[in-house]
Amino acid sequence: MALVLTEEQQLLRDTATQFFQERLPIANLRKLRDTNDATGFDREAWKEMADLGFAGIMISEKYGGTDFGPVGLGLVLEQAGRTLAASPLLSTVLLCGSAVQLAGNATQRQDILSAIAAGERVMALALEEGAHHNPTRIATKAVADGSSYRITGSKTFVLDGHVADQLIVVARTSGEENDRSGITLFLVDPKAEGVKITRTLMVDSRNAANIEFHNVAVPSSAVLGSVDGGNDVLEQVLDIARIGLSAEMLGLVQQTFDVTLAYLKERKQFGKVIGSFQALQHRMAVLFAEIELCRSVVLDGLSALEERRNDVPQIASITKARLSEISTLMTNEGLQMHGGMGMTDQFDVGLYMKRARVAAASFGDANFHRERYATLEGY
Amino acid sequence: MQMEALEKFRQETRAWLEENCPPSMRTPMPEEETVWGGRNAKFVNPDAKVWLDRMASRGWTAPTWPKEYGGGGLTKEENLVLQQELRRIKARPALSSFGIWMLGPALLEFANEEQKKEHLPKIVRGEIRWCQGYSEPGAGSDLAGLQTKCEDKGDHYLVNGQKIWTSYADKADWIFCLVRTDTTRKHDGISFLLFDMMSPGVEARPITMISGASPFCETFFTDVKVPKGNLVGELNKGWTIAKRLLQHEREMISGMGLGGVGAGGGIGSLEQVAKEYFGEENGKIASPSLRDHITRQKMDSKAFALTMQRSAEEAKAGQGPGAASSIFKYYGTELNKRRYELLLELMGTKALGWEGEGFTDGEINVTRSWLRSKGNSIEGGTSEVQLNVVSKRVLGLPD
Repeated sequence: MALVLTEEQQLLRDTATQFFQERLPIANLRKLRDTNDATGFDREAWKEMADLGFAGIMISEKYGGTDFGPVGLGLVLEQAGRTLAASPLLSTVLLCGSAVQLAGNATQRQDILSAIAAGERVMALALEEGAHHNPTRIATKAVADGSSYRITGSKTFVLDGHVADQLIVVARTSGEENDRSGITLFLVDPKAEGVKITRTLMVDSRNAANIEFHNVAVPSSAVLGSVDGGNDVLEQVLDIARIGLSAEMLGLVQQTFDVTLAYLKERKQFGKVIGSFQALQHRMAVLFAEIELCRSVVLDGLSALEERRNDVPQIASITKARLSEISTLMTNEGLQMHGGMGMTDQFDVGLYMKRARVAAASFGDANFHRERYATLEGY
Repeated sequence: MQMEALEKFRQETRAWLEENCPPSMRTPMPEEETVWGGRNAKFVNPDAKVWLDRMASRGWTAPTWPKEYGGGGLTKEENLVLQQELRRIKARPALSSFGIWMLGPALLEFANEEQKKEHLPKIVRGEIRWCQGYSEPGAGSDLAGLQTKCEDKGDHYLVNGQKIWTSYADKADWIFCLVRTDTTRKHDGISFLLFDMMSPGVEARPITMISGASPFCETFFTDVKVPKGNLVGELNKGWTIAKRLLQHEREMISGMGLGGVGAGGGIGSLEQVAKEYFGEENGKIASPSLRDHITRQKMDSKAFALTMQRSAEEAKAGQGPGAASSIFKYYGTELNKRRYELLLELMGTKALGWEGEGFTDGEINVTRSWLRSKGNSIEGGTSEVQLNVVSKRVLGLPD
């Protein structure tokens, strides 16, 4: 486990902490929500994040990235989670950047990775087709048509889908709806004819969209990786996203805990602070223990990615299952302990709860990952 | 230079162990062959005595204690090498001893020179077996409420009272005991006393537990005379020593949640047990519900193991034991209890046998261990006390 941070990583963490606290505090998310902001994140802040090296954190220096690696990215994401900072980190860096890094040819890498690192391109992965994460149930079809393909199908819950400059579409080039093989990734221009994008407003006020593809023509040069072999890449990309998102959720959970603890030391009832009541103390102590375990699995997950260990799928599922479950528990408990004030929009705890649920549902909730882990372990 | 010296130590240690560890001491140890030492030491396997005497002659039953008290005088690094080399040949522990695990470190820190010279070498050699006199019928979680009376009679102390949950008191030679020397103050009226269990007026009665075993005793003291030189530290300052000892005890207990060797009596992994006792369909455990319970248990165990590892790495990096260590006793023991409840569900009535025909030794062991596991979250500070400690000391929540 890469536990003791290097000097470089400490510096990165401090930079990230300061940036999110000062530049993207939770007030920023409230403003985006209350003004019905069309973009859904702060473009200028995103540019600043790119300048700080956050956008290129997983990208090699050759393409203008900073190449700090997964542990570095985790540090940034945790701080972003603390302030519920809305940014294309997940869609563009974790998902699409990783996909291009893993499967892109030289031209695609050069074109896309340098644009991502510079903060000049927002990308979105069009994967899900139903209400539950299911990376193999792909009905969207891509049919060969001479030297090009025609894509037809519907995607949902596409993060940053309505603002993306470029899409990666997961489509079926062969096989049946639930087959692992026969899946291909395509780079698609969202402005291409036949692409219909509808923004969906989610409870966490973060970006998502439904996207329909009606016989959309894409050249064969738009294939990312191998035809029919997209699932392998997709699984690796998703594990990166699962672990990275868990790092964000760790920040969210820790912040909710800290805010709740402070409230318990300040709110008085029956003539004393409510934090003196054992009924609340023990629940906080149990949450403290659960969060310590959360921190351990997130660190191990990031280390697994960094060291390219072969148990990445297992630790990704352990991590995402735990963070999904504990973020639900922590935000529920946090709200309850805030009493009536927790039910108001004025208090932040509700915002954390909303984000926790959307994050839990992204790339597999605890049920999905327990099922997957058992299968991976052969029982 | 230091690396070279350490490497030389490794070579010498390896050679010595090769020559001195009897072959039968390199096999897995059945519980009944555990060597506890003492005046009435039992060596089920005669090689165990040879192994103990040889290890003790080098002070390696207490490797880091100073040589002048019979210890090995090893540095932390050397001890690490010794432990690695012992593991390498799968050597059995030469001696299991509350004296080494709990009392010794406290004596080294708090006892006077005479006491150290008197007691430590005998602990190292396994000549005296110690037991711990802490809990009383009226002082469990509220340990400092203990009432065993110790009066100053001029040339000796006179002890009257009762202890409970005294581990192996019926087999121990000496006891380290918390006694009340001042009835007007609570924590500041407790002293730390050592005495011989052969003293007139000492009686130990084993308690039969729900598991059928009797590792604990009720211990009665009636007008027991104790020499005044047996007081450790200052009068009425015993609570400080007691707390330090409890730390060692908690560390011992919290490792149990990891389902390591011995947990479940070598019955196998949870998924193996489920497949054997419940059945499988297409390679999957036939009950989706049990399969999910197993996954939860495995995931939490892994997360806990990683947390112990993280804490050790933090300590090594000089960041101190860290806040994470405060949850070990609570989480580890609760995890272990859950594991046994799950084993019961997986094995059905096969894990509900008590003795005799119809059950394997492993199955009976699961039943007994399940019952034993209930004590994990009670002994050495209950889960509730642990949560109080986290609330107050780590989270800073007020009374």
